Amino acid sequence: MSVVVGVPRGLLFHEYGALMLEFLRQCDARTMLSPVTNKQILQAGLEICVDEACLPVKAFFGHVAYLAGKVDALFVPRFVSIERGAFICPKLMGLPDMIRARVPGAPRIVDPCIDLSRGLGTTVRSIAQLGPALCVSRGRVATALARSMRMTFRRAGRRPGDGLERAGIDTIRIGVLGHDYNLNDPYISLDLINKIRRLGAAPVTAGSYSHRETAGWERQRARRGAKRLFWTYGRRLLGVASRWLDTGEVDGVVHLMSFGCGPESFIAEVIQYEASERNCTPLLCINIDEHSAEAGLSTRLEAFIDTVAMRKCEHASHLPTSGQPVDTR
Amino acid sequence: MRVTFPHLGNLWIPAKAFLSSLGHDVITPPPTTKRTLSIGASHTPDGACLPLKVTMGNFIEAVELGADTILMAGGIGPCRLGYYCELQRRALARAGCNAQLIVVEPPRSDFRGFANVVRTIKRRATLGHVLEASRLAWAKFQAVDALDQAANMARWREVSPGDVDAYIGRGLALLDAAETCDDVRHVAEQTLHDVEGCIEVTPRQAVHVGVVGEIYVVMEPAVNMDVCKKLGRLGAQVVQPLTFSHWIESHVVCDIARWIPKPDVLSWSRPYLRHFVGGHGVESVGHSVEMARLGLHGVVHLAPMTCMPEIVAQSILPSVSLAEGIPVMSLAVDEHTADVGFDTRLEAFVDLLLANVHENGKTPPYPAACPVST
Repeated sequence: MSVVVGVPRGLLFHEYGALMLEFLRQCDARTMLSPVTNKQILQAGLEICVDEACLPVKAFFGHVAYLAGKVDALFVPRFVSIERGAFICPKLMGLPDMIRARVPGAPRIVDPCIDLSRGLGTTVRSIAQLGPALCVSRGRVATALARSMRMTFRRAGRRPGDGLERAGIDTIRIGVLGHDYNLNDPYISLDLINKIRRLGAAPVTAGSYSHRETAGWERQRARRGAKRLFWTYGRRLLGVASRWLDTGEVDGVVHLMSFGCGPESFIAEVIQYEASERNCTPLLCINIDEHSAEAGLSTRLEAFIDTVAMRKCEHASHLPTSGQPVDTR
Repeated sequence: MRVTFPHLGNLWIPAKAFLSSLGHDVITPPPTTKRTLSIGASHTPDGACLPLKVTMGNFIEAVELGADTILMAGGIGPCRLGYYCELQRRALARAGCNAQLIVVEPPRSDFRGFANVVRTIKRRATLGHVLEASRLAWAKFQAVDALDQAANMARWREVSPGDVDAYIGRGLALLDAAETCDDVRHVAEQTLHDVEGCIEVTPRQAVHVGVVGEIYVVMEPAVNMDVCKKLGRLGAQVVQPLTFSHWIESHVVCDIARWIPKPDVLSWSRPYLRHFVGGHGVESVGHSVEMARLGLHGVVHLAPMTCMPEIVAQSILPSVSLAEGIPVMSLAVDEHTADVGFDTRLEAFVDLLLANVHENGKTPPYPAACPVST
């Protein structure tokens, strides 16, 4: 008899969702995915999560609460590190324990530890131990892991260059910085990407570049004397940001950050500092939390894109931007 | 080269001793005040955690006194502390401070950088000098810890209020002036003796309260609104497991000499938190469990606002409290925290604990780790 495993649609599901679902399918588990974030889900999350956590973590708690009564087990991997010398975020390292402690009536939590900072060994061992929890043998888990990884990576291939190639020379290109789990969730990000599209600009995200490219730009930045970051997603954002500031391949940058996000509070400061030093690319920082309102975002975004458009069509891009970034905090 | 460093409780006493016995001109930053905090907060991002803001304020105030070299700790994550130096370097430049920031990275991540820093600090001193300076600094670390612990154990039963702190304050000043290890030992013994003389001997019902949390906030009284002193005045015997010697043993000694086993907090926290989360998250949970099992009456958990590891701990502590049967109060601190708010909360907390103790009438068998308990 197969178990029903719930997969919350939040946080790193947006990055590794396909792999997670394929792995569970290969293990003969029936999966149940929570719906796209909506008002009820966020509300449920706010009730059980601590106030100080960031918005995506609160939403994740909502997804867990939605699934809690309906499944036999919850699949919440503990993401510690996905590359050598860098971590994800302390909150994600403690996520399964936070859920165990705070979600009333939570089912069994299946939490393999993903820690690639010390090589593949620990992670593979931790995943192989999932057998009893998923009611399959160890060997079965191992083949499922190998197969699912092969299939997902083959399917993923190279991602298409999103806005850059398609957008014409006159289109305004807006670089959008932010964590994938915020940008890919239209409820959390207040549909930022589509809002930019509707305003006639072409959004470009870090997802338009391969991981190798962004890592290269970040290392290049480090060679100029800056200390390397130790958060994987921070490295990606910083790499893309320094590329955009160096080449000017986008006309403006919008940085969407969640209030209370530890790494982003520092990365945003570094990006703001570098943008104001170069003085060539306008930057808009937007902080979101559960009280953010759609109208507030629309107004700011319209004003920002209007300004960027004027700057571009009047050939005023040689003029310096304001040394201070537009900051909506 | 006029060297300075950030404040962390009484760290300045051993740090000053170490650097000045190597022949440096040491400038101790002025004690942390509201001014320090507001200067620091104005040069750092508002979403950053409190220790960044306070240390930034310390640096700027020290530079105002003429310091030109700043020593700062680095790190390799995942806690934000490891990236403080980058923000501080920019903020110093923006504030117009002309000072060099020397970052001490853990040797495990960047051995050459570490060796360079050691060479800069060592200057022309011989190995013998360095060992001598380290011995003096270590003696002062231990003495400072002993005095802090003694104050925490003694304050609740002082005969006239303020006596213990007066003796401790005098002892710390003498410690700062002491020049040899023997002097240090003598001053510490004398102070402990004085403290013992000003407390009641008759045993009285006390509540035993543990203080856990992020190390900076726990150890810096100017930032945590003197929480230990407040608890002591309210009639609580305070147990604070995070001390300098503990920190140096677990983070410096065990980091260099990898064969020495680290203190195993994870085994205490395992039922609730099974993985290291950076900073002192595991310690907060582990120490709370340990305190509950040792029979303490309550735990106060301190964290800087938005501190990532402590958010994890804060999420988990209510379930520790339920399962282990120990009241836990979490308090977040930032630049807007007010003294009076802390007073009210601590008073209410200690009142409830006292009521609890009188009802059950048992005193905890907590082993006294301090020479003062008679």
